[in-house]
Amino acid sequence: MRIGVTVFPGSNCDRDALYGVERMGAEAVELWHADADLKGVDAVIVPGGFSYGDYLRPGAIARFANVMGPLEEFAKSGGPVLGVCNGFQVLTEAHLLPGALLRNTHMRFVCDRVRVRVESVDTPWTAGCEPGEELTLPVAHNEGNYFADPGTIVELENEGRVVLRYLENPNGSANDIAGVCNEDRNVVGIMPHPERVCDPVLGSDEGLRILRSVLVGAGV
Amino acid sequence: MRVRVLVRPKAGILDPQGEAVKNALPALGFEGVRTVHVGRLVEMEVESADEVDAMCRRLLSNPTIEEYEWEVVR
Repeated sequence: MRIGVTVFPGSNCDRDALYGVERMGAEAVELWHADADLKGVDAVIVPGGFSYGDYLRPGAIARFANVMGPLEEFAKSGGPVLGVCNGFQVLTEAHLLPGALLRNTHMRFVCDRVRVRVESVDTPWTAGCEPGEELTLPVAHNEGNYFADPGTIVELENEGRVVLRYLENPNGSANDIAGVCNEDRNVVGIMPHPERVCDPVLGSDEGLRILRSVLVGAGV
Repeated sequence: MRVRVLVRPKAGILDPQGEAVKNALPALGFEGVRTVHVGRLVEMEVESADEVDAMCRRLLSNPTIEEYEWEVVR
């Protein structure tokens, strides 16, 4: 399986994500922001960082990068897409995921490890997890406070589209939401960083529970 | 022409920046501040104002969380 990782100016978790892909046993492919080409990959990770310096709003400029055209088509045709942190923000700005990520309520950047529960295994990025499985994953963000209008939140809950939920809420997000998926369930956005815990030398490889899930759906 | 766009958090949306500023003002001795909302000001020189509204909707604001208004300035 070939998995692409988008690289925007200001992405800073792209290398970690590429390494995570190698750790999960897939081929990692860099997808440069200026090239409208997904190079035939089977799945895409939009990594964390501060694309375009977070100017205007996190993800607001990256959302119009050349690579996003084919990425949107790929997502709409059912291809598995995972947005991590800034990648999650990019996907909400691109309207591939509902809602938005607001400033953390306490106005501080949060850099920590948090406990999350896998609320849905019916996505390509959680298919290898157990329902209700608890993971400890790093978070590092200033705008991780998930917001959507109350009707959308109810819809997400009723349709089982809350993918990850914080056990201790680090940022004030609605309903302790740490990750959601789109209606077709192939696009997932999460604030925690699985790629930062994908090797025991980093203290944990629990992140592979998320990353390797995409291999399960592909029958690898 | 010059256009001035004002973008701010929608009413009812948590505005932690505004809250932080509101809490900081009394610490400097400024009393009686009831609410503070922090927004964003965008000034542009454009050949025509025809597409300013579309610019606001597509890029300058995020309609999920923000509202905008704009005016032509002399």
